[in-house]
Amino acid sequence: MADRSEVGARLETVLREERGRLTAALVRILRDWDLAEELVQEAAVAALEHWPADGIPLNPAAWLMTAARRKAVDRLRRHARYRERMHELTRRATEMDTPIATGGPMDADDRLRLLFTCCHPALNREAQVALTLRTIGGLETVAVARAFLVPEATIAQRLVRAKRKIRDASIPYRVPDPAELPARLAEVLRVLYLIFNEGYLASAGETPERRDLARDAEWLTSLVARLMPDEPEVLGLLSLMRIHLARSDARFAPDGSLILLPDQDRSRWDMGAVREATVLLARAGRMGRPGSYQLQAAILSSHAMSPSWSATPWTEIVPLYDALHRIEPTPVVGLNRALAIAERDGPEPALAELEPLSERLDSYHLYHAARAELLRRLDRPDEAREADRRALTLTDNPAERRLLEDRLR
Amino acid sequence: MKYMMLIASNEDAGTTKTEAESQEVYRRIFEWWDANEKAGRIVGGHELEPSSTATTVRVDASGNATVTDGPFAEGKEMVGGYAILEVADLDEALALASSWPASDALEIRPIVTRG
Repeated sequence: MADRSEVGARLETVLREERGRLTAALVRILRDWDLAEELVQEAAVAALEHWPADGIPLNPAAWLMTAARRKAVDRLRRHARYRERMHELTRRATEMDTPIATGGPMDADDRLRLLFTCCHPALNREAQVALTLRTIGGLETVAVARAFLVPEATIAQRLVRAKRKIRDASIPYRVPDPAELPARLAEVLRVLYLIFNEGYLASAGETPERRDLARDAEWLTSLVARLMPDEPEVLGLLSLMRIHLARSDARFAPDGSLILLPDQDRSRWDMGAVREATVLLARAGRMGRPGSYQLQAAILSSHAMSPSWSATPWTEIVPLYDALHRIEPTPVVGLNRALAIAERDGPEPALAELEPLSERLDSYHLYHAARAELLRRLDRPDEAREADRRALTLTDNPAERRLLEDRLR
Repeated sequence: MKYMMLIASNEDAGTTKTEAESQEVYRRIFEWWDANEKAGRIVGGHELEPSSTATTVRVDASGNATVTDGPFAEGKEMVGGYAILEVADLDEALALASSWPASDALEIRPIVTRG
């Protein structure tokens, strides 16, 4: 016998971890996304019926897989045209149930395939994000909706449309060929990083579901890292996320206002986590294929390993920005590079680096905020105030607004 | 799986090309088309006359037809041809479209099969 509420709580945890695996294994054989999700749901309902009386099974995930598979057979038996898939389901019974227990390679492939489908470039970004969180991340539709501050019906509709397109346009379930892999993996990592940033940039006052997105993205990225251990950019992104998360406690004051890096209380950083992430990054580096995420993580690691803001190794950081700017010559990278140059060489050369970016970053609040800072250091207070005012008109983020308003006081 | 690949071009861009340049573009397209037709990936299709030759017929709910000069929608990119593809899945269709040997926009749509 098991307590009903204990069963409920346990089931929720198991589903959170295993929904992606269960769905992926079923989708692969059934080629029907909705059916696979329904079966997982039905297996969960069956668990709520059986576990209180029979006790929680030793391997709850394997139990759910078996239940879902049996239900699939029941359903398919009624449809003659599914006979072939039904046979496959029966034939693969052992194979399907065991990897759940052992974390074997087949199941790994299934989830990877499904992830590449979720992040297929033929789907729009919102659909990619919702599908990834719902299907691989195991989040309920309502949780995805709360995280993205949109009505549940909107997310539900995005999911329906995306799944319909996957089915009707025959978007395949497969890990892309080596030739396509770099571009397709980059797309997956962009989706994961976007999810991370949505959560990481959310302020303390926002819904917990929104802030949890950062942890969700980290979990998904660690999953990809386990499934593709030889891809240095995956490890780079994971390291980047982990260093960010290690410092997250120090980013907000008790009143919810944002604390910038120079003013953060470094004793509140989780240095164990920073060191582990840096070791991970070094492993990625040894693979000899540098990339944008690895460089960003290296910059972050230099900051995080420094005992104080004044001890920041700018001579180490500027070359990392130079390399990043070569790979990714975007104005935002240019802005951050200029700020590092300001610390190494002073505000004047940095201001000169900002000049060519003025047109493209005119509507970006951080550009004006950074300019204001440099102008203040050059003792040009009037121009600084004007730049701060411009920045204020361009951001809605409450924490950032408060910081700018303080400066203007 | 059958898809229709609509090929849309910026018609104005064509007018700035020299005769030799457009011949070279056509040569590459014919070569590409032949190779994919032989491989069984293209099972039909045609090039269309420019949109200046298009006529649109609109039939309303009560069955009245009106005829107007020009394509559905005026825009920069105009459909200039189509191909019917026979490939395994969208990835193959996208790979094929990505290898199109001229600077155009290609829209891939699954063809509805009933039965």
